[in-house]
Amino acid sequence: VAKNDLQGTLDLLILKSLAQLDSMHGYGIVLHIERVSDEVLHVEEGSLYPALHRMEQSGWVRSEWAFTETNRRAKFYALTAAGRKQLAVTEKNFEQIVKGVQAILRFA
Amino acid sequence: MSLLRRIFSLGKRSSVDREIEEEIRAHVAMRTEGNLAAGMSAEQAARDARLRFGNPTVVRERVESADLALGIESIWRDVRHAVLGYFKSPAFALVAIATLALGIGANTAIFQLLDAVRLRSLPIQNPKELAELKIIGGNKGFGVQNSQYAQLTLPVWQQIRQTHEPFSGVFAWKADEQLVGPMADYHRIKTLAVSGEFFSVLGVTPLQGRLIQTEDEASACTEPRAVVSYQYWQSQMGGVALTPATSVLVDGQLAQIVGVTPPQFSGLVVGDNFDIAFPLCTPPQVRAEVFDYSVMGRLKPGWNQERATAYFSSLSAGIFAATAPAGYSTEGLKTFLNYKLGVYPASGGVSGLREAYDSSLWLLLAITGLVLLIACANLANLMLARASTRQREMALRTALGASRSRLVRQMLIESGILALAGAALGVALAQIFSRILIWSLSTQDSSVHLSLTTDWRVLLFAAAIAALTCAVFGTVPALRASRSNAVGAMKAGDGRVAGGHERFSVQRLMVVTQISVSMVLLVGALLFVHSFRNLMTINPGMRESGITLVRIGFPQSHIDRANFATYKEQLLAELRNIPGVESAAATTMVPLLGSSWTHNVRVGAIQDWSHFAWVSPGYFQTMSIPIVAGRDVQPGDTSTSPRVAIVNQAFVRKFAGGVNPIGQTLRTLEEPGYPSTVYEIVGVIPDTKYNDIRGDVYYTSKGSPPMAFAPFSQFPAVAGPWMQAIVASSIPPDTLGENIKRAMHQQHPEMIVVCGNFEKMIRDGLLRERLMAILSGFFGALAALLVMVGLYGLISYLTLTRRNEIGIRIALGATRRQVVGLVMRDAALMLFAGVFLGTVLSLFAGRGASTMLFGLKPYDLATLGFAVGLLALISALASFLPARRASRLDPMAALRCE
Repeated sequence: VAKNDLQGTLDLLILKSLAQLDSMHGYGIVLHIERVSDEVLHVEEGSLYPALHRMEQSGWVRSEWAFTETNRRAKFYALTAAGRKQLAVTEKNFEQIVKGVQAILRFA
Repeated sequence: MSLLRRIFSLGKRSSVDREIEEEIRAHVAMRTEGNLAAGMSAEQAARDARLRFGNPTVVRERVESADLALGIESIWRDVRHAVLGYFKSPAFALVAIATLALGIGANTAIFQLLDAVRLRSLPIQNPKELAELKIIGGNKGFGVQNSQYAQLTLPVWQQIRQTHEPFSGVFAWKADEQLVGPMADYHRIKTLAVSGEFFSVLGVTPLQGRLIQTEDEASACTEPRAVVSYQYWQSQMGGVALTPATSVLVDGQLAQIVGVTPPQFSGLVVGDNFDIAFPLCTPPQVRAEVFDYSVMGRLKPGWNQERATAYFSSLSAGIFAATAPAGYSTEGLKTFLNYKLGVYPASGGVSGLREAYDSSLWLLLAITGLVLLIACANLANLMLARASTRQREMALRTALGASRSRLVRQMLIESGILALAGAALGVALAQIFSRILIWSLSTQDSSVHLSLTTDWRVLLFAAAIAALTCAVFGTVPALRASRSNAVGAMKAGDGRVAGGHERFSVQRLMVVTQISVSMVLLVGALLFVHSFRNLMTINPGMRESGITLVRIGFPQSHIDRANFATYKEQLLAELRNIPGVESAAATTMVPLLGSSWTHNVRVGAIQDWSHFAWVSPGYFQTMSIPIVAGRDVQPGDTSTSPRVAIVNQAFVRKFAGGVNPIGQTLRTLEEPGYPSTVYEIVGVIPDTKYNDIRGDVYYTSKGSPPMAFAPFSQFPAVAGPWMQAIVASSIPPDTLGENIKRAMHQQHPEMIVVCGNFEKMIRDGLLRERLMAILSGFFGALAALLVMVGLYGLISYLTLTRRNEIGIRIALGATRRQVVGLVMRDAALMLFAGVFLGTVLSLFAGRGASTMLFGLKPYDLATLGFAVGLLALISALASFLPARRASRLDPMAALRCE
């Protein structure tokens, strides 16, 4: 059972967000997660960056400096091919966890 | 790739830092803008943004460590950080690197020498297959052995050449010295005489021309065709291409040079290059009692040492029966007939150096290992002290989220840089050290040639030492630092945690180890120095200084063999007339220089061996040996007068029961060339050393060996055109030697005259002892110095951490003496523990070295006492300075500091 833990959740959220957004900076990812999850999920904003940088080191995302709509310089992240593969793996893992947890919850 | 980008940005670390910071700033700014847009006040917006983000410093540290997971950049950063740190405290770095370099350099140098002498294989094909045939247990003094490498006689070789089932090929060889060039302007060269198979079995291919083949043996005695070594070809023949006319005059005989051996091949004797190799000459009359060849072969696949030994020992009886020399009694031949041949590995060639210095080199390696140990302990203490002053920095970084592994890595990098710098400098130092060592191993008339290429093994060895050192003194402080209590460390005002008893016990333990190990080294050094002094001051029972050895050869003079005796007397008379010569005499055997001459002797019913020499009148006077009873050799003792002999007191004890032997007769037993002869004993001399100044080592149970001296004119065998003379003079032997050479050449231009300084040659024979004394003394002093530095460092550090306590004591009225006592008691305690441990270790270590000591017991009380005294003095010196500094502490300043 590889990495069937909840720690990968933040990674999953970031990867998935990037898959949906194409290219985005850290703040944008935070906003995206909050908006899409209807304010259910709140990420500790600072913890995003170690995760992003780790993923960059792993080659899942690449980054470049660009300007936001408000003309502010920010670092934009985008998925790489390896990142897409990783997303698929992480997604599958997460689904399994959810399945497992649900099975336990439904057990009567 | 981001990795590439990071590598490119190496050294631009700060820009990457800025990047992270900017990213974080952008995030907080955007959140603040968003908050403002949502209608918060400016202050509220900023506060909310900060809260949501978390601690930016912690985030930065975590981002950094995520960023740097791949390491290259952070390692570079740590390296830069470490180097800058060392530039800030150059004294620490210099002491550390120098200590390490000395330790590693000494180790590498000794190892290089050991490797060259002991471990390396010959530069030939499949050296492991090479094996030597020897008589098991040696030839037991039978017959004549020409050199230490000569094991077998020529007839035995001829037998083995016929039958050698375990070997795919065999060859015989011997090393010799010959004179090259015309007699008036000769110089000595090192030669090999080799059988035709030599080069083909070894698998040596010519660099030029061809090498010696079996056909060359046919004309070997009359028209030798020889090959030269690459070194000789380069240095003496200018490296010019060979032509059929290339030839060299060797011992007055013209030899054609047909080839050059490759540069890496220098013969089979380690540390001794050959110049010219000749084909083996089989004279018409072979002397079957002369052991002058070494026989080697290549083992066939499937044969090992044991099987081959079994094979040859089963053949031995037949081989030795077929090659027994004539002229021996049945009794005497028994030894020869009972020889058994054995097969011994020869992949490393043969080496007298190996036999003479093997144990010394291993011992030196052990000594240098201990020095390195002390050096490492010293460094560990230095690092510990340094680490503890940086504890606050470490604690702060731990609190800010730097992982423990990062801090440990940083410490390891710091110590690794030291180890690397130390190792690099050490390898350089090693080159100098080992050259000095080889230079000091070479004597007046024998130089040592060892190729000391720093091969991968030596490098690996040094690298291993460096890595080990790094691990030892890097991990301990690193582990401590990472375990340190962050809160406690930050609370302590000036960055040092006070107290912590456990922490210092490691440092104390290291100082105690240092003291005990250096005690072992000091005791060893004192023992070797003392032993060497004993040898230098020993009275051998004869004169050593002002004696010149003169060897005169006249093979080119047209003197009739029958007149050799009178001619030699005439030469002696000429020698005596040279200005400055006090007395001169001839002898067949020079004492104290290692040669030995023995005959079996019967006096009455007692039969045993005795050393023998034939000396001219004036020999005992020249050597300052008194006659204690009877008379000296006189000019009246001639070849026709009755045979007489002078014996030493050991001879009297052994053969005459200690009573006055004068008038008794001794009979020598027959040997080839030496018919049985009866001598009347006419004089007695006191016991002297015989062939080795260390003589007592070998004769402890028997005292001096028995010796007999007969008149030079009564020498029973056929004498050759050579004479060994001994000259006494008050003129320095080196000057006198030149005078003698000049004077003799003026009279006889064709004559060979070789002079030597007797005392110097004896001293050269003590090379091993001198080497051990000098080197162990050097390392002992080094160890003592390191201990002093280490103890000084630790005591200074300890008093610094106890400053508060000492300040209070002074404020409460403690006197200076009490404070000094307080600090020095600490040092004394470590000294006692170290000395106790050191004494125990020294006693164990002394046993291992006992065979190398002369006139000393390894548990010499005076030596132990002296070493303890020296260490006590060193400790007192090292601890007094910090103690005095502590006693002058201003209590107010010390207390305010906290």
